[in-house]
Amino acid sequence: MAHESTYQPKSGFERWLDARLPVMRLMHDSFSAFPTPKNLNYWWTFGGILTFCLVVQIVTGITLAMHYTSDASIAFGSVEHIMRDVNFGWLIRYIHAVGSSMFFLAVYIHIFRGLYYGSYKEPRELLWMLGVIIFILMMATAFLGYVLPWGQMSFWAATVITNIFTAIPVIGTPIQEWLVGGFAVGNPTLTRFFSLHYLLPFVIFGVVLLHVWALHVTGNNNPAGIEVKGPQDTIPFNPYYTVKDAFALVLFLLVYMAFVFYAPNALGHPDNYIPADPLVTPAHIVPEWYLLPYYAILRSITFDIGIPFTDIVLIEAKLLGVIALAASIIVLFLLPWLDTSKVKSLRYRPMMKPFFFLFIVVCVGLGWVGAESPDKVLIQIGEDQYRAEYVVEGEPVAQVFPTADDRDAFIEMLNEDVEASAVDALAFRFQMVHLGLILTVAYFAHFLLVLPIVGVIETPRSRPASIEEAVLKGAKPAPAPAE
Amino acid sequence: MSLTIRTGTIIGAFVMALNAGAAMAAGEAERPHAPQEGWSFSGIFGHYEETTLQRGFLVYESVCAGCHALEYVAFRNLADPGGPGFTLDQVRAIAANYRVPAGPDEFGDTLDENGLPFVRPAIPANYFPSPYDNEQQARARNWGALPPDLSLITKARVNGANYLYSLLTGYEDAPEYVEMGENMNYNPFFPGQQIAMVQPLYEGSVEYPDGTEATVEQMAYDVTNFLMWTAEPKLEKRKRMGFQVMAFLFVLAALLYWSYRQVWRDVDH
Amino acid sequence: MRSLSSRAGAITILEGTIPVAETDTTNPDRRDFLYIATGAVGAVAVGAAAIPLVDQMNASADTLAVAQIRVDISQVAQGQQITVLWRGKPVFIRHRTQADIAEAEAVDWEALRDPEPDSARVKAGHPEWLIMVGVCTHLGCVPLADQGEYDGWFCPCHGSHYDTSGRIRKGPAPTNLPVPDYAFVDDTTLEIG
Repeated sequence: MAHESTYQPKSGFERWLDARLPVMRLMHDSFSAFPTPKNLNYWWTFGGILTFCLVVQIVTGITLAMHYTSDASIAFGSVEHIMRDVNFGWLIRYIHAVGSSMFFLAVYIHIFRGLYYGSYKEPRELLWMLGVIIFILMMATAFLGYVLPWGQMSFWAATVITNIFTAIPVIGTPIQEWLVGGFAVGNPTLTRFFSLHYLLPFVIFGVVLLHVWALHVTGNNNPAGIEVKGPQDTIPFNPYYTVKDAFALVLFLLVYMAFVFYAPNALGHPDNYIPADPLVTPAHIVPEWYLLPYYAILRSITFDIGIPFTDIVLIEAKLLGVIALAASIIVLFLLPWLDTSKVKSLRYRPMMKPFFFLFIVVCVGLGWVGAESPDKVLIQIGEDQYRAEYVVEGEPVAQVFPTADDRDAFIEMLNEDVEASAVDALAFRFQMVHLGLILTVAYFAHFLLVLPIVGVIETPRSRPASIEEAVLKGAKPAPAPAE
Repeated sequence: MSLTIRTGTIIGAFVMALNAGAAMAAGEAERPHAPQEGWSFSGIFGHYEETTLQRGFLVYESVCAGCHALEYVAFRNLADPGGPGFTLDQVRAIAANYRVPAGPDEFGDTLDENGLPFVRPAIPANYFPSPYDNEQQARARNWGALPPDLSLITKARVNGANYLYSLLTGYEDAPEYVEMGENMNYNPFFPGQQIAMVQPLYEGSVEYPDGTEATVEQMAYDVTNFLMWTAEPKLEKRKRMGFQVMAFLFVLAALLYWSYRQVWRDVDH
Repeated sequence: MRSLSSRAGAITILEGTIPVAETDTTNPDRRDFLYIATGAVGAVAVGAAAIPLVDQMNASADTLAVAQIRVDISQVAQGQQITVLWRGKPVFIRHRTQADIAEAEAVDWEALRDPEPDSARVKAGHPEWLIMVGVCTHLGCVPLADQGEYDGWFCPCHGSHYDTSGRIRKGPAPTNLPVPDYAFVDDTTLEIG
């Protein structure tokens, strides 16, 4: 909520500075006196946690860059140099590597909080869209960073992701070769990825400033989803939310540091401790966990779109997968207009609430699909039957074999005068890729069908008139302390 | 005619049996297991035992080093805190047993009178050299297989320590239904069950100076500990520091929670 | 729980048995102490986090590992000098002749710019071995051997002359060529550093 400045310069120097460069006034109004809804819960602490994560990644990243060498022949060795020889190098690298996972954990919570409480709705559409831009930049930065250790997963992730661009007709391959600086991922790719990995966090920082600026124009949303009506609804950010954010940050740090010190490699992949080898692809390529749902969407599209009853293919499966991947993120930009309900918080939207939790299940499910082999069979009904049918002395005989090869071998063994025919009856199999397709459809349905339709047909519950009322109503049933 | 059918049936049944076996053989590798005594390095207070690491180094040096390098481990590391705890003089003596490339001599020659590159004894600052000059030579001497560098092996495999221990103790005769490739050895813990490395450890492969009985399990245990250390030399320091950091953060969290309650005590929210 | 409550108010509060407001509004001093304690512990956390970030710029283990080098000097004949690289700088290892030693010892060292007897610049029992960091004390050039007016070293950059003991005799350099820490491991092996 834009508000009148309450800054009072206390000393002569502060007055002098305020007349020339009012940074103290800006800090005071933005982070100290800033009127904040008094009913924010712990889900609102993740904005501060994310700022912390960004700073940690930038600081540890800058120190790692002092020792890292972005040359394909020694990049892997330079990471080992950091792990073994540099003072506290192992600690800084683990904080940085685990930090990327923690950053995404926090950003996902932050995003789902926004979804639950309708923080993307008017007047916060731009705030939300800036957030989506930050999210996209984060994914790009994380991907670029994952390539730098130049292990097997680094190399093959770079290969697979840059190959996505080859799906684009005509210009795809030139774009891919331009991106990697050659015909395949190699030293030029590594050096430019390092350069960009260093650059993008500062771009993120810039967009974060815009994000915070936009936040401070509209003010915070809140669990009730009701706009601030007056001073009775708010409290100053400092000390109320500084201390609450700090407490939540330390809780977050407990999880973060537990990973850093006791399971630093649990979120990574062992294959990345094998130096990159362009001749050998690891058996099972997976991205980091935070990109798995998108990877699942990419892989789940295995069919072409063509004109029915002809062989004409309009969009190949590969391109369609890439389109789906891009659309899954672009749809987030449209969210403020796809949700037709005027009510922000799902507390008062009984019909939408279960769909929200279903959507979480869909996203987690996509993550699971992304981690598993697409051919993995989830449900199988019946057995494959490879039958040899033939007639002996006028009697039809059928023999069943487990594989087609066995059956063919058997038919060959039969006497030449026996006429045998091969009949296949394959079992029904429900595979990961099928589940992935269903979940992908569900993902888009949530945005394109559920949100627009439910908003229209739903009858919201009655809402309190103000935050103050929501708070008092929430406090009433428990007569004891104020909490 | 009936005879034909019976033969066909019998052969068919045989083919099926064969196939069931093949399906088993090509299936998932057996799940690795930890040794009975567990690992000293796991858990919140995980640490290495110097004597175990020293025995493990002996196993590496006398058995593994013939084919596998430790590219990222320097001899000096053997004297590092949290490691095998050799003295610097012991490390010098160990290093002197290895040969590393020496530069051109004062005449600019790089080859000795036999046409071989100059070498010199290693010093503590050098890294464990590869037993092969290059990948091609390594493959040529190992029936086409490349012995991997062992510096990071326990981190480069899923469930690395258990996998390595199980692999080293898991060699067995191939079941009859498995068709072994040329120069391949059967090991249920290796993906695909056929590994190019011959069984490296046999009862008494090394003689421990401390009198420990050199059973296959003992040697596998020791060398796995050693290779865990080469992969994660800062583990002890990490876990010790981790405990301090966690304890500190708990205190800070408690103080902050208390302050939070104090600050908010008069606010309805 | 009861026995703990006096010592650790935080536990009591976490348990939620006594409402905080009741206990502490009556005791503002205790509240201030709490805020100060929390701030102090937080400051310690920030300070501790800075240690690794600063220390990572110090020399790494592989650099320190070559801070001490051993040199085989069995092949250096009398009158010869070899130069080895130590901590990124040249070190002169000079096998001096008897004439060199005699010349160095004959000097009235107390009258020199940087007064030092020759005996203080070599190891007792090994006067023939002179070990010095070969960096001119003026502005860091590497002096040339067997040149200059005193049969020792001559720095071509600004004309400093050093004698057969590496002492500054003429020119702008303020001090003698420094002697690094070294020791004889045995008669033919030198450990520098």
